[in-house]
Amino acid sequence: MSVADALELTAAAAADAIAAGSLSADELFDAYRSRAAADRDAGEDGLNCFTWVADETPAAANAAPLGGVPLAVKDLFCTEGVPSQSGSKILEGYLPPYTASVVRRLRDAGASLLAKTNQDEFAMGSSNENSAYGVVRNPWDRERVPGGSSGGSAAAVAAGLAPWALGTDTGGSIRQPAALCGIVGMKPTYGSVSRYGMIAFASSLDQAGPLTRDVRDAALLLGHMVGHDPCDATSLSFPHAIERPSAERLDGVRLGVPDELTGEGIEAGVLDAFRAALAQAEQLGAQISEVRLPHAPHALSAYYVIAPAEASSNLARFDGVRYGLRAADPRDLLDMYTRTRHDGFGAEVKRRIMLGTYALSSGYYDAYYGRAQRVRTKIAEDFRTAFAQVDLIVTPTAPTVAFKLGEKTADPPAMYLNDFCTVPMSLAGIPAISIPCGLSAGLPVGLQIAGPAFSENRVLDAAYALEQSLGFDGSTARV
Amino acid sequence: MRATVIGRDEVLHVARLARLALAEDEIEPMALELSAVLDHVARIGELDLDGVAPTSHVVDVTGGLRPDEPRPCLPREVALAQAPAVADDGFLVPSPQA
Repeated sequence: MSVADALELTAAAAADAIAAGSLSADELFDAYRSRAAADRDAGEDGLNCFTWVADETPAAANAAPLGGVPLAVKDLFCTEGVPSQSGSKILEGYLPPYTASVVRRLRDAGASLLAKTNQDEFAMGSSNENSAYGVVRNPWDRERVPGGSSGGSAAAVAAGLAPWALGTDTGGSIRQPAALCGIVGMKPTYGSVSRYGMIAFASSLDQAGPLTRDVRDAALLLGHMVGHDPCDATSLSFPHAIERPSAERLDGVRLGVPDELTGEGIEAGVLDAFRAALAQAEQLGAQISEVRLPHAPHALSAYYVIAPAEASSNLARFDGVRYGLRAADPRDLLDMYTRTRHDGFGAEVKRRIMLGTYALSSGYYDAYYGRAQRVRTKIAEDFRTAFAQVDLIVTPTAPTVAFKLGEKTADPPAMYLNDFCTVPMSLAGIPAISIPCGLSAGLPVGLQIAGPAFSENRVLDAAYALEQSLGFDGSTARV
Repeated sequence: MRATVIGRDEVLHVARLARLALAEDEIEPMALELSAVLDHVARIGELDLDGVAPTSHVVDVTGGLRPDEPRPCLPREVALAQAPAVADDGFLVPSPQA
């Protein structure tokens, strides 16, 4: 097989070709490595997807299930001896002494570490404009954002600079960039994938997941990610194997459309593509009905209390003592802490630390954090009620298509609205996938499909049936 | 709900709690941005949440305990390798009070 042909393959097809002996894992790795290195060397003149690219080809893993197919990994996963700084200046030069459990798991299954990907600093952002490594550009239109926070992973996969990638999702950070870049992204049930070695943002929400060219790749990668890890007390044994999705029809599948997430605030072109996808689902035999998520409009408010509160606590560890940056010539210990954190954190991270510290401070805890935790209970109840009536819930993934670089940076509340449709599922801990469902003004629109906890197979099957029938063509974004 | 107003003093108080130095020109924008975001999140104050239990973790995890057996940890030199300053096999920091 020619290298050009090999680059067109999905990761699953490449693994099959390697197993069949028609493709060399080394050649595939080299081809992706030189493409990724070219983008890295171009800096912000390129897409700026990568923070690190492998400089040698790892030992071939032809026999392993993933066959040595290269994998791009978001910067915030610790990788032993490989720079891991979560997009932040405060971890400049940090080389972790260990590797994140999920990355080890994938390596043991035969994935080869190709590159680390750019991201919003500490995964805080929806546009990948908050990175110490500079902004990432959207391969569909380089004047636009790729979404965030896993923007480098999404842009790399969309542009064909990596066959697939790992991201993390706290309030939408896999699904929203997948939507804006026209690829597949999935956030699994909270606890499915070990968080050990992920540089933490908001621990009760953070989950790793796949960003891929198609649904079968997402299932394949996720299948090798899930499982209990003694190093993460919140990780769980996934109750069954992740299957290779194969459904061609949606006969009898009940899809619920929540009014609260499919009306006001969603761009007209996004709604058009969403409704066209619903019509397609109906043709495949799905039963579409309205469903209520009465507290979903409050999810964003609850999220922007809970996530910053947890972040303010998690980020307390960055104090200039054990790793990363330290401010020069500190007067005393407190001066070292406060100036190191001033110099090392970017504007958005400072904002969230301040917000979280405020929400947790004496006199405000009950009004903010306490109330937000109660809203979270109501949102989880809404989903339980809805899933008694329908099998899956469908919404647009993001309220808009990819927006212009710089368009929303001066208005944090407007930026936060990007997560409007994805945050409710995060707060409820349930699985949700985004698949490309069409174009609006030449830019991709994402469709989100969510199901009850541990219904990943059902979600993937429905996503696969719709993907096959919609026939979205993402090849125009390849570089 | 009335607009939340976070003033300069409150910003400086929270920054002290967060161990975060702010430059003079960061204080005013921070006050405005925090006020704007808090106005948005204050909408949860409109909900009737009496008697609703808080959720901290959505997935019920029980029995997370393992036997307490000593195991090797990171070697000292590996743990210290990334530190900005090291002395006498430990992390070197300035005195608490100059």
